[in-house]
Amino acid sequence: MSENIRFIQGNEACVEGAIYAGIDFFAGYPITPSTEIAEHLARRLPETGGKFIQMEDEIASMCAIIGASLTGKKVMTATSGPGFSLKQEAIGYACMTEIPCVIANVQRGGPSTGNPTHVSQGDINQARWGTHGDHSIIALTASNHQDVFNMTVDAFNMAETYRTPVVLLFDEVVGHMREKLVIPEEGEVEIVSRLRTSLGKGVDYHPYLPREDGRLPMSDFGGEHKYNVTGLFHDMWGFPSNNPKTVNELLRHLVDKIENNVRSITRYKEHFLEDAEYIMVSYGSSARSAIHLAKNRRAKGEKIGVLELQSIWPFPTEMVREKCANAKAVLVVEMNMGQVTAQVKAAVRKPNRVFLANRIDGKLITPADIKRLLRVIQGRGV
Amino acid sequence: MAVKDYLRERYFPHMWCPGCGHGTILNSLIRAVEELQLHKNEIVMVSGIGCSARISGYVDFHSLHTIHGRALTFATGVKLSQPRLKVLVPMGDGDALAIGGNHFIHAARRNIDITAIVMNNRIYGMTGGQFSPLSGPGVKATTAPFTTIDDNFDVVELATAAGASFVARSTAFHVKETTEILKKAIMHKGFSVVELLSQCPTHYGRKNKEGDAASMLDLQKSGTAKIGSKALEKNPALTPRGIFVDTDKPEYCEEYDKIIAHATKENIS
Repeated sequence: MSENIRFIQGNEACVEGAIYAGIDFFAGYPITPSTEIAEHLARRLPETGGKFIQMEDEIASMCAIIGASLTGKKVMTATSGPGFSLKQEAIGYACMTEIPCVIANVQRGGPSTGNPTHVSQGDINQARWGTHGDHSIIALTASNHQDVFNMTVDAFNMAETYRTPVVLLFDEVVGHMREKLVIPEEGEVEIVSRLRTSLGKGVDYHPYLPREDGRLPMSDFGGEHKYNVTGLFHDMWGFPSNNPKTVNELLRHLVDKIENNVRSITRYKEHFLEDAEYIMVSYGSSARSAIHLAKNRRAKGEKIGVLELQSIWPFPTEMVREKCANAKAVLVVEMNMGQVTAQVKAAVRKPNRVFLANRIDGKLITPADIKRLLRVIQGRGV
Repeated sequence: MAVKDYLRERYFPHMWCPGCGHGTILNSLIRAVEELQLHKNEIVMVSGIGCSARISGYVDFHSLHTIHGRALTFATGVKLSQPRLKVLVPMGDGDALAIGGNHFIHAARRNIDITAIVMNNRIYGMTGGQFSPLSGPGVKATTAPFTTIDDNFDVVELATAAGASFVARSTAFHVKETTEILKKAIMHKGFSVVELLSQCPTHYGRKNKEGDAASMLDLQKSGTAKIGSKALEKNPALTPRGIFVDTDKPEYCEEYDKIIAHATKENIS
């Protein structure tokens, strides 16, 4: 059987992943460097009977997908820095109301309008804490197109599994570069469908009453069960409540349902990690440079490897601690001022042996950039 | 069905102040739904934030109480993804036309089949009496202790200019007229806007010396007149009531279905 091989941009690989995962509805607003996701879905969605709408702004796009998700659809929006800022209130609404949705953020340089056509990984913490109030969130990332595809499918699956918004943190380089993508056959990759209530007509359905396994079956708007959805703290019927017990239980549930499943959510890759004395922790396009460097140094006999993170939030603290346990030093390679570095420092036993190799000028960090710092850490001169 | 069959009695008493016009509007709305014999499961009510927005909790429809100003955007997602549903969006004046003003004009421009109801009491009630873009000049509010200098939007003119294909106005006083207008608005194919003047005796009335709820309702009666009436002809300063726009225009979801038909065909060939 001939494989379905494409040579495409990362943004289009995201579109292919979304279609494979069963996307029904997309709402978006043009913004560099994510626009191609909207452009491709504008063509692809109606071809499969799905719906695409270009809304009047970023906020409207986020809200529209939440509305569509409630009618039982698989939904996504895509954006970049400034648009991601604008969407935050509605992302919090989706967290609070536990409505599955996927938000792709193809990162560019910030703050503000920043560096629209250049790469950055500066939205790591915004993905975690961009919306106000305590909550938890899932954020995934990828360094190559096959993984962009896989993580997009995973994002849709996790959104359904945990009834939560899932953020895809891509970056400009991955979004815009072209490389090979092999699209799997139907059935090759698992797809999680929406868990719908089995309760029939006339039986009281509780939209916010978790089952024993923690999952909350949904009921489509327009179906048999009429219920209330609100961004206020609410009881199991979805009706507003400021009862301290209800508030306490709901907030803990929103955090626990994700934080207690960090092991199931964690996605990562090991490159030359076995016996590595120096470990580079990286993700997204910067991981490509780290992997390149590791490959070159291994050829010269150096014990160096890369731990590539593919899930950023919830941060895989235990996994990072285990993998870095025997490292002489850990070098976090990222294109920001140390947002993941702070997490790695908090995870490992010797935080003073964690160093940041970064570049924040809009240019992709190169293997040579990393090597310069590595030599200093290894005590091999400046 | 009786009116109470459309309510979630479990959640009563409601949170509106004594004398508030919103309960009367809820009554008119439910009667419209009842007289149209709409199935409760076919109705989605989407609201934003404010006193008016709490209306969605009290009705036994699919109900979505969202964030401030964005009700129409959530509603657009609901409607486009499931066009068979009737989507009703009650909003307050601040919700619809200050923070939500952009969404309001764009929903009208698309002519998507949603019924937008602006419950206009000319004040932010829930936060304690600040002026809104519908207050108009010369109004006292907590954020305008020396009276407002801002001009107000005319909802009817704004909605008409933005492309809404059904535009009407009535008041909380005119309960039967409101029901009749809402029936037409709900059955209209396209974006319909119904402005309903409502009273907030607690904040607007008290600050602006309009008296209690009864005297504020009296102002709704004496300060308005039907389009084409002699009263309006004699006194054009009165606020006109009635149906201003009722036209057939391509509706967004139906137009999108044509896109799907076209794209599917192109995909096959």
